[in-house]
Amino acid sequence: MSHVIEMLNIRKEFPGIVANDDITLQVEQGEIHAILGENGAGKSTLMSILFGLYHADKGKIIVRGKEVHIHSPNDANDLGIGMVHQHFQLVHNFTVTENIILGKEGKFFLDRRGASKKIKALSEKYGLNIDPDMVIEDITVGMQQRVEILKMLYRDAEILIFDEPTAVLTPQEIEDLMQIMRNLVAEGKSVILITHKLNEIKAVADRCTIIRRGQLIGLVDVKSTSASKMASMMVGRPVNFKVDKKPAQVGRVILDLHDLKVLNNKKLVGVKDFSLSVKAGEIVGIAGVDGNGQTELIEAITGLRSIEAGTITLDGNDITNADVRKRNEIGIGHIPEDRQKRGLVMAAPLSSNVAIKEYYHSPFSKNGLLDAEYLHEYAQKVIDQFDVRSGEGIYSLAGKLSGGNQQKLIVGREVVADPELLIAVQPTRGLDVGAIEYIHSQLVAHRDKGHAVLLVSFELDEIFNLSDRIAVMNSGELIDVVKTTETNEEEVGLMMAGVKRKEGAQ
Amino acid sequence: MKPIKQREKQSNAFLVAASATVLGLLAGAILMASIGSNPFSGFWYLFRGGLMNVERIGNTLATATTLMLVGLSVTFAFKTGLFNIGASGQMLIGGLCATLVAHKVFLPRPLFLIVLIGAALLGGALWGVIPGFLKAKFNVHEVVAAIMMNWIAYWSIYYFIPAFLKGPSLETESASIAVSQSMRSPWLTKLFNGSYMNLAFFVAIAAVIIVKFILDKTTLGFGLKAVGSNRFCAEYAGIKVNRNVVISMMIAGGLAGLAGLSFYTGYSRNMQIGVMPAQGFDGIAVSLLGASTPLGVLLSSLFFGILQSGKGFMNAMTSVPPEIADTIIAVIIYFTATSVLFKRFWDAVLKRQGNKAKRKAALSEPAVKKEGQ
Repeated sequence: MSHVIEMLNIRKEFPGIVANDDITLQVEQGEIHAILGENGAGKSTLMSILFGLYHADKGKIIVRGKEVHIHSPNDANDLGIGMVHQHFQLVHNFTVTENIILGKEGKFFLDRRGASKKIKALSEKYGLNIDPDMVIEDITVGMQQRVEILKMLYRDAEILIFDEPTAVLTPQEIEDLMQIMRNLVAEGKSVILITHKLNEIKAVADRCTIIRRGQLIGLVDVKSTSASKMASMMVGRPVNFKVDKKPAQVGRVILDLHDLKVLNNKKLVGVKDFSLSVKAGEIVGIAGVDGNGQTELIEAITGLRSIEAGTITLDGNDITNADVRKRNEIGIGHIPEDRQKRGLVMAAPLSSNVAIKEYYHSPFSKNGLLDAEYLHEYAQKVIDQFDVRSGEGIYSLAGKLSGGNQQKLIVGREVVADPELLIAVQPTRGLDVGAIEYIHSQLVAHRDKGHAVLLVSFELDEIFNLSDRIAVMNSGELIDVVKTTETNEEEVGLMMAGVKRKEGAQ
Repeated sequence: MKPIKQREKQSNAFLVAASATVLGLLAGAILMASIGSNPFSGFWYLFRGGLMNVERIGNTLATATTLMLVGLSVTFAFKTGLFNIGASGQMLIGGLCATLVAHKVFLPRPLFLIVLIGAALLGGALWGVIPGFLKAKFNVHEVVAAIMMNWIAYWSIYYFIPAFLKGPSLETESASIAVSQSMRSPWLTKLFNGSYMNLAFFVAIAAVIIVKFILDKTTLGFGLKAVGSNRFCAEYAGIKVNRNVVISMMIAGGLAGLAGLSFYTGYSRNMQIGVMPAQGFDGIAVSLLGASTPLGVLLSSLFFGILQSGKGFMNAMTSVPPEIADTIIAVIIYFTATSVLFKRFWDAVLKRQGNKAKRKAALSEPAVKKEGQ
């Protein structure tokens, strides 16, 4: 067997933290090798060492049998190592071709046509389906990722590293990406896949290296190892995939949407004739592919976007024209889709972030003056209760937290406020198994306290796991509302594609 | 626990500013040496010029007063994510309002001072609130609007003063204000040996305290800072972004208006036409060096005050041109703007020391524990 990459006994220390402790990774020629670990386990550090962004304190890197020293990403490129980062590095008003040749423009004259031809050929060879003349801002996230892949192929990369590639993709795009990875290895490339999603590893990877808290836990053959075995190796304890929940005790109507019409950012109809009600004590999941009006719908309910027509009623109050604060006061909690953009002030400490919705009223403040003591106590209560881990407790800046802890902080803030309606949009996106388990249990607990929960997720597993009823959206329309117990993933999948069930059901 | 954390952070900002200052002075020394002057005597006279006797200290404080107020203005807007480049215009209008009051309103002294200060405050606030309103209502960038407001103020005064406040001899400046109608105060003038030192200094100190109080302790400051750090999150949380933008620019304008008060009815006692006050832009440097905190602004304005008021003396006593002082300021700003480098440097140094201490304190505790998410 020939190892294309060997990282032997790698150790990397940051002040106060051992990020990698004696980790060995051996990738074979032509395999898809997964690296599995929770957030903060040290996967990204290991790959950054391979890509030349960090230097190992100890250990060797051997590429194709030769020991190498990688000092910068350029060195890595020269060795045929390419990386698709989680956040794409593309110039938005450039075409695909221009982005790909950026940094490799060649001599004085720009041979755009030649480059474009080469890109087209590569795209066809690996089934990437990219038009080289499209402008980046006009193409979908999935296509942007494929442009990143093309960028590496254009630079003759033999070893491709994917850092959490599916975090931003829709189920269909994930399917496509898996196929692309298979094509890549079929052509003799080697793929390293960094992820914490077990089903993806099960679907494509050949072997899997598992890391926990900076240490190597094991190397397993994916086919002969069960998902739950890998999960427990990753987390260090048995993991419960199914959410335990009692049957719903449904009460009065909390949220009532009637014939809602909302425009999207392009001033086109994003949500049309949308009517839905959510009752106390139930979780209603909105299933649908990303970009089918979910964002517009949630912004309309929370008051961040004005509506064209229709009414919104919250617990008997007409809030159609109420501002965000009024809605929060009546009882909306919102776990936003983009936790870093909307959910938190990164440069502010946890104590401020926890109070950001309520700072203006008693007991957080009196007569316009903040009550620092109460703010600190309250923040301490939230981070204790929700196990938000940080370097300096409530004084830590939100930006210094890991993604999982940021999300736990937001969930904590919204749940502790005890709203009548809790809206959770993609509440577990990008989180590891342990955090997902925890957040799911919190949403169910909120329901069991007799509140309404409206869940938006692009992951069907999550929708089915949590929801009592499923509302399916397609192109801004409500296709149908079904009881979770009376449907299955296949049927909901069809409805997500816009196919209605037999007329008149529900 | 809290005071320790805060002190650590503050000292870090202080170290950054101090590093930039030292490097700026060093660059000034090299410049002086390169034109064949002795840097030691250059700096000796520069600092003596600012601090040598009570009169010069008074002048330094009076110079610093204006810079302090403009620095606060820039800092305040910055906290809400706005760049107030319109301080010059706000100073002019604040100064004009104060000058008008000084010439036309006659009241008992304490009441008069309140009206005088209030007029400057309102004039500046008006000039600041307009760009704020345009930003909130029509999304006009505040820099563009504020620069235009600067020129509107400049030309309005160009015609207003000759028409209504003309001095007895010169067409280009307003009539001098009587000392009893200005921010000057006989006991202060006497205390500082006839310098420009005036009551506006105490207004500036009060403004530092009030601004710090607003930003740290009030719900108003909480909202303003939330809007400044992440307007999307503020919007999500139900904070009215546009209203905060308008309020922030209004208060920033008011502070710059007070700077106009200090400059036109305290430091000097008349207004010249056709001069855009440079302090409006120097205030940006003061705010930058002061790490955009009220106390930082207090310190950095005093430092810049020394340089500004000492440079003439340096020029008189040595062959060093006064522009060297401006160059030093410029280099300091340059280093402050690249302060990320110093910050990383000091972070690394402090962390290394902290780790050493920690390692000594808790040898038994496994380091891996900290990584747990």
